[in-house]
Amino acid sequence: MVVREDFPVDKQFIASPVKSAVDKFQLLPEFLKLQVRGLVKQHLDSFNYFVNIGIKKIVEANNRITASSDPNFYLKYTDVKIGTPSITADNVTDTLTPHICRLSDMTYAAPIMVNIEYVKKFCDQITIEKKENVVIGRMPIMLRSCCCVLYGKDEAELARLGECPLDPGGYFVVKGTEKVILIQEQLSKNRIIIDTDKKGCLNASVTSSTEATKSKTIILMDKGKIYLRLNAFVKDIPIMVVMKAMGMESDQEVVQMVGRDPKYGALLLPSIQECAGHGIYTQQQALEFLEKKVKKFSFSNPALEKEGRAMDTLRNVFIANVPVRQNNFRPKCIYVAVMMRRMMEAFLNKDAMDDKDYVGNKRLELSGQLISLLFEDLFKTMNSEARKSVDLQLAKVNRSVPVDIARYIVKDSITYGLERAISTGNWDLKRFRMHRKGMTQVLARLSFIATLGHMTKISPQFEKSRKVSGPRALQPSQWGMLCPCDTPEGEACGLVKNLALMTHVTTDDEEGPLISLCHSLGVEDLELLSAEEIHTPNSYLVIFNGLILGKHRQPKQFANALRKLRRSGKIGEFVSVYVNERQRCVYIASDGGRVCRPLVIADKGVSRIKEHHMKELMDGVRSFNDFLREGLIEYLDVNEENNALIALYEGEAEPETTHIEIEPFTILGVCAGLIPYPHHNQSPRNTYQCAMGKQAMGNVAYNQLCRMDTLLYLLVYPQRPLLTTRTIELVGYDKLGAGQNATVAVMSYSGYDIEDAIVMNKSSLDRGFGRCIVMKKLSAINQRYPNDTSDRIIRPQKVRSNAEKILDADGIAAPGEIIRPHDIYINKETPVNTRDKFTSPTGLPDSAYKSTRQTYKGPQGETAVVDRVALCSDKDNNLCIKFLIRHTRRPEVGDKFSSRHGQKGVCGTIIQQEDFPFSERGICPDLIMNPHGFPSRMTIGKMIELLGGKAGVSCGRFHYGSAFGEPSGHADKVEAISETLVRHGFSYNGKDFIYSGITGCPLQAYIFMGPIYYQKLKHMVLDKMHARARGPRVMLTRQPTEGRSRDGGLRLGEMERDCLIAYGASMLIFERLMLSSDPFEVQVCRVCGLLGYYNHKLKTGICSTCKSGDHISKMKLPYACKLLFQELQSMNVVPRLKLTEA
Amino acid sequence: MPRVSALDLPDVPKGHLPPHLELQRTRVLCASDAPTHTETIQYSGAYASVGVDNSLRLDQFCRDFRVEVIRLTEDDMEFDMVGIDPSLANAFRRILIAEVPTMAIEKVLIANNTSVVQDEVLAHRLGLIPIKVDPRLFEYMSENDTPNEKNTIVFKLHVKCKIKGPRLTVKSDELKWLSNGSELPLEMESHTSDPASKQKTYTAFTCSQVSLPEFSNNPIAPKHQDIIIAKLGPGQEIELEAHAVKGMGKTHAKWSPVSTAWYRMLPEVVLLQEVEDEMAEELVKKCPVNVFDIEDVGKGKKRATVARSRACTLCRECIRGEDWEKRVALRRVKDHFIFTIESTGALPPEVLFTEAVKILEDKCERVITELS
Repeated sequence: MVVREDFPVDKQFIASPVKSAVDKFQLLPEFLKLQVRGLVKQHLDSFNYFVNIGIKKIVEANNRITASSDPNFYLKYTDVKIGTPSITADNVTDTLTPHICRLSDMTYAAPIMVNIEYVKKFCDQITIEKKENVVIGRMPIMLRSCCCVLYGKDEAELARLGECPLDPGGYFVVKGTEKVILIQEQLSKNRIIIDTDKKGCLNASVTSSTEATKSKTIILMDKGKIYLRLNAFVKDIPIMVVMKAMGMESDQEVVQMVGRDPKYGALLLPSIQECAGHGIYTQQQALEFLEKKVKKFSFSNPALEKEGRAMDTLRNVFIANVPVRQNNFRPKCIYVAVMMRRMMEAFLNKDAMDDKDYVGNKRLELSGQLISLLFEDLFKTMNSEARKSVDLQLAKVNRSVPVDIARYIVKDSITYGLERAISTGNWDLKRFRMHRKGMTQVLARLSFIATLGHMTKISPQFEKSRKVSGPRALQPSQWGMLCPCDTPEGEACGLVKNLALMTHVTTDDEEGPLISLCHSLGVEDLELLSAEEIHTPNSYLVIFNGLILGKHRQPKQFANALRKLRRSGKIGEFVSVYVNERQRCVYIASDGGRVCRPLVIADKGVSRIKEHHMKELMDGVRSFNDFLREGLIEYLDVNEENNALIALYEGEAEPETTHIEIEPFTILGVCAGLIPYPHHNQSPRNTYQCAMGKQAMGNVAYNQLCRMDTLLYLLVYPQRPLLTTRTIELVGYDKLGAGQNATVAVMSYSGYDIEDAIVMNKSSLDRGFGRCIVMKKLSAINQRYPNDTSDRIIRPQKVRSNAEKILDADGIAAPGEIIRPHDIYINKETPVNTRDKFTSPTGLPDSAYKSTRQTYKGPQGETAVVDRVALCSDKDNNLCIKFLIRHTRRPEVGDKFSSRHGQKGVCGTIIQQEDFPFSERGICPDLIMNPHGFPSRMTIGKMIELLGGKAGVSCGRFHYGSAFGEPSGHADKVEAISETLVRHGFSYNGKDFIYSGITGCPLQAYIFMGPIYYQKLKHMVLDKMHARARGPRVMLTRQPTEGRSRDGGLRLGEMERDCLIAYGASMLIFERLMLSSDPFEVQVCRVCGLLGYYNHKLKTGICSTCKSGDHISKMKLPYACKLLFQELQSMNVVPRLKLTEA
Repeated sequence: MPRVSALDLPDVPKGHLPPHLELQRTRVLCASDAPTHTETIQYSGAYASVGVDNSLRLDQFCRDFRVEVIRLTEDDMEFDMVGIDPSLANAFRRILIAEVPTMAIEKVLIANNTSVVQDEVLAHRLGLIPIKVDPRLFEYMSENDTPNEKNTIVFKLHVKCKIKGPRLTVKSDELKWLSNGSELPLEMESHTSDPASKQKTYTAFTCSQVSLPEFSNNPIAPKHQDIIIAKLGPGQEIELEAHAVKGMGKTHAKWSPVSTAWYRMLPEVVLLQEVEDEMAEELVKKCPVNVFDIEDVGKGKKRATVARSRACTLCRECIRGEDWEKRVALRRVKDHFIFTIESTGALPPEVLFTEAVKILEDKCERVITELS
């Protein structure tokens, strides 16, 4: 991509478009770099928007606290800002870094500082005072956002702060755990959606959401008549009544508004008739009718009573997003008319129905918006609390103390509220009627890719139980926005999605200037139009963020003008302009949460990006933003894409083409981007790999050894894949790999490779293949008790027992010591009495302590090492001791491995190198894979990976396998790979002549052999294997415990029982279900049939009901059975045993 | 009456096999789809019906067997082994990989390790460092043996990166041989022993290894001086003692005396037809390793010849495409092995091979003694 000319260039060359799409690739790294930490740009942008603009708006909207008794007594917020992350302890303020927070279980938060102006009242003397930088709470800070200390730091500075430069940021550190606020998918707010309900009724719905209210308005068509359904009304209301109540008394005008075409009139007629049938002709009558249907609330507002609740509902609840100014209901009427018209269109033509699953009808809610909601709620609560306390103070007679309103606003409620919501993930905002759970998740730190994948994950709006296929299906409109591969299997399949590589999620843009711009571009104001004029032919309605602005007679020119303005940077680059010809509407959107992506603009099919642009980019004199600013590239959202004709490659552009894709592989997300040649694989395989890539062990981050995670899996010798993709390089997987390049022979060997098992070479394992480190965190707290006593950690005895061996002189295990199961790692003692006060709580005698030493419980026979010991204080200021236990494991039979093509398998057997086959060049494979894995899976990509890897090692160049990359040169073609192979003396098809290691003779087939990148997955036998003969039992039922962690028994379940019954092995069933489980000897009274007891003094059984021991028989029954009898008895049901033989 | 071998009796047929059978017996045919006739025919009476004896005869073997060294350097050798069965050649290969003993670091006593490399990983890396010492001078150490100068080599590694210095790469040359055995005191009775008596250490050497004639002017050290063991940041330190013992490759690959040892059968490329002119040029161009040459036959005619069949890597390019399989045949000679040994450095490759032969001898003898 080097332009070989000096500056006096020949003009024709410059004018010629970029020859091939390869050239544009350089935009991608630039794009991802521009977004500083490209892949989580959406999170950062959203949070930055909140911190810089959103929070100011919220505070401004609620900037006054006024005492209800005295309107002159007020507090006013004049400004709000967020400081740098810091913590104030004992009046000393320390700046925080994220890594400190992670290690010492703190919250990475910055103070929210406000400037206030308030009234101080002292002995009826009123003074107005000002205060600056009053801290009202602490806001958890998203890493790498503009408030973060990591913002704009380079690699060396990040390293100094203990941070990994490849870490994407975009998450929070709350109480030491990293929390991600998942991207929430929602249906667009304030947009008309035409749909059918469960009964098949056509309806038009609008979910209104304004700062003040949130409501859902549904206009539905039932049996030909049109009704309004609103939560505030008890019943469906005929739409004409609503229109009349809003002052639209003339039926003719309504018909005109909907459209004069007789087909609309005919559909409206039944509704008009119904209205007339009710005898409603005037606004007054309509309002009276509505008054009866309004839901009654227990409390009543006198102001409302006067005007009527119906009017209020129509004004504030009914399509709340359309504002009513000066009692002018006309915009609302037109809105309803448009809704009806759209509905009727859909009635006449089913194609006009909206698709709820269409990505253009969706909005993604990001952390900034969610935190902003949370903050607004907490801020309002704090203000009202403050008002209440001030009212109380003012009501007090005693005025000797000055009443200072500023004292009441400084509270922890915001700090704790934010912290609690983020750490639990529960957004319980009564004010906004929002009760959502699981909004945050602990950031997956299993591998680097898992972390990245977690940041792009979109959690669904629907609950997972819905058995519908629609929302789960792949939508064509997802192209380029959401990854088509990366979705989980099972219940959440298709609902949980992931962003594609280039996707950007918009944030809100200022509406006012855009509206006035529209007007000056020739939009005729709605107010000035008669009902008839609204739908005149050749004119299009202009709808801005769901609000009807007016109409325009030349929609195309209008749209083009707006686009031109956008391309020249006069209006925001994320404003979308979309002409919908069918609905005869121009939609302009500037709201947040839309997904969009950059595309190269083309004029008459000729790309605007020329060679010299790319050269400038390469030379570093031009950035991605310059491309945007100069109108070479623009962002299109899903709706606007419908107005564009996008060519995949420049060569395919036709004169009508308006845009050209930057790179086709960007339709995939991060996880799918790791797969080489994914376009050669069967599609589910890519989906499987997306799930498995997140379980692969490798490097987590550059600071992985400084972290204190509860569980950390690392590979000892991770490698960079021989067959890379462009995505791998862009996201940094080549620096933090999670796998190793194994030489794989595809052949059958030993029979231990059936059912996807793999045979491994012992020498490879000896040399470090697949070796991994598992680090587990153990912690102990030196607890302090209410009576001022506290735990103590004491030095071990002089003569140490074996279990105490690893303890240091301070009673805590020393780092570097080898720890075995049952070893004591902390020699702690706890006071026996933690309630009663002592005179000298610190000087208790030794006898007042009992030992609560903690022992290591690990797999038997394995040795681990104490990697690190960290001491810190927890939130209650107790000493907290954390141990990191490290266990290095080499692969063993049963460990799970996978290639990057959804081909997982366990290690079936490990075989000595001398028994392994070898090639003519002495190459011995690291593992052998059974060829039966291929035909049914159809993972051709894996075969090409093998070929490409083999060519790569022989010629010394990393080969590429980016998705759809062959035409643009981002993937090596098989022909070229074959040529390379031949040049280095291999067969073009990658098959080698192999000798058997056992007989020494050549094998009777050529073997497909070469390197494939293999991942070791976190599932290891050592963590799973479990067996028991005898062991612990549950207290209540005396049956064996359940689960491996409790050393539980292996359950003989219902189906196994059925087998034994069918077989007739009654004695075996008896043994398994009773003798091996919970046998119990009971005394049964033959008279009353109830259970008695055994009297050890008299050595007889006694029936407590009959009070005698005469007719007692001994028998065995399961303890659970005895328990059942007793439980029944406790409920006055008497189970009696009738013994046939006693 | 002198004892005459039954094989020498006149009634044993001594005819020759028909050419196609002879080809199957002695050559592996590498067709484009799969190699055929890869197995050797062992049974002595396999060709009895055509009057040919297929038994292996010692005198014949002694006459035909030859070894020809092609290349011999310090670390690797290539030699031809002709006239031997693949099973025997394979036996040597297997023994070389798994059963020729060497010395390798087995125990690592870490006194201090503040580097980023974990103790286990460090120990594993040390284990894989080849040590240049003749293992034949040492004994195996069994479980309850005490380490002494006869079975253990002790190395010391003590490196520290200066606090304000640049990062340091620890290479294998930092491993220092302790000829007097371990210097780390045994913890157990450290308090009870009186200061006069020698402090007990982890090894019980009776004499210094330097005093032994074998090592007096041949100090023990890692074979390569530039193997990276760890990298140290400022202030980091590694102090450890590594004990090398004798072992075999089948226990752990670190004891394997060879990086790898393998053989290939001698390639044989045969032109079944005359390949002339353009075809000849095409054929020459096809082969990436230049097996073929062009020969002028006069009158402007050219003919392809097989010049370097030994170089053939069996890429099968020459038999790729239509009809080429009719013109060229790729074969392997079943009893001619091009054997390559890549030594890790403990012993020179030729010694390794003789060691392997000795081990096979021992095994045979053991079988014989067990049987008799």
